[in-house]
Amino acid sequence: MSEESKAEKFLELFNKGKEFTEELLRENQRLRYRLASAETEQKSGGSSEEVQKLRDQIAHLTEENKRIHERFSAIEEENKDFANRYIEIEEQNNNLANLYVASYQLHSTLDFREVIQIVQEIVINLIGAEAFAILLLDEKTNELKTIASEGDDVMPNIDQISIRLGDGVMGQVAKTGESYYINQDIDADSGAITIDKPLAAVPLKIKEHVIGLIAIYKLLQQKDSFSAVDYELFSLLAAHAATAIFSSKLYSQSERKLNTIQSFLDLLTTTS
Amino acid sequence: MENANFLVVEDSPTMRQLISFSLKRFKNAKIIEAVDGVDALKKLSGPDKIDLILTDINMPVMDGLKLVSLVRQNAQLKNIPIIIITTEGAEEDRERGLALGANAYISKPIQSSHLIKTISELLAV
Repeated sequence: MSEESKAEKFLELFNKGKEFTEELLRENQRLRYRLASAETEQKSGGSSEEVQKLRDQIAHLTEENKRIHERFSAIEEENKDFANRYIEIEEQNNNLANLYVASYQLHSTLDFREVIQIVQEIVINLIGAEAFAILLLDEKTNELKTIASEGDDVMPNIDQISIRLGDGVMGQVAKTGESYYINQDIDADSGAITIDKPLAAVPLKIKEHVIGLIAIYKLLQQKDSFSAVDYELFSLLAAHAATAIFSSKLYSQSERKLNTIQSFLDLLTTTS
Repeated sequence: MENANFLVVEDSPTMRQLISFSLKRFKNAKIIEAVDGVDALKKLSGPDKIDLILTDINMPVMDGLKLVSLVRQNAQLKNIPIIIITTEGAEEDRERGLALGANAYISKPIQSSHLIKTISELLAV
């Protein structure tokens, strides 16, 4: 190969290298430009269309979140209502069970002393009384007299109460047939509870006919005061107690009469 | 808890019935009643395996505290859960009952729901 052709070859090669280098510089320029654009795009948060799309999505999700939150609050409120209702029903069930057992026991016997014993058990265990008296009305003398009591240590002479119909708190309860309750929190500490002025007095009545009353002087230590349902329960129990006491009294009277007649008949048969 | 055997020790028939009534919430529950501590010990040595004892404190012949103490000393009976149900609501009474080995102490008047919850917790262990 001649020197001339060698130089031509070198020149050709050099030109190709030059073109290649220029091409590389252009590509580099393009890439720089794209990189700069991408960086600007990234900084500005993408294209305005994409931004809008994302904003719409955020608004939609926020709206949905708000709806879910509202639904959650509504369900929570509903749950609270159900829980309160459940507690109320439980309480009602408890009272119905108490009432059922008490009335079942009260009417399970016709023995007067046994009935009084059951009334005492009910007043202690279901009403929660520590000191109380059961008084019956003597219709001949119009006097209320204690026939059973508990808590002589708390209220001395509780077993010997004798009150005329219409006299004082208890006499009025027996006369009017209206229950009487004192506000324990206010009056108990000020010593307002006396033998004549109990914490509560509930008449024992059959329809409108009062046969006696139950007077409560002190509640059990763990029972602070009467609750709203206690008043209802106490009145219902008193009504059952009244019929049970009255029936057993009638039964024992008729038993006594029957025995007298039987003895008389026996006497007649033996003498004849 | 199903098929549990409960021993109710209480001298008052009204309270016995009331407690038994509450216990009927437990499916197939068998309720054995005793009128005092001595009667309860007889029932405990009977054929029924007792799962839980509910006892009053103030009873004739043998009171509830004596019963709790005797049950806890007996190798065969000592693990039976005991609930005291009583009118005695003072803190020292509660402490005495629990110190003797009772698992729970409930003051009268009882709330059925509270009694059921206490029993469920004791029998779930």
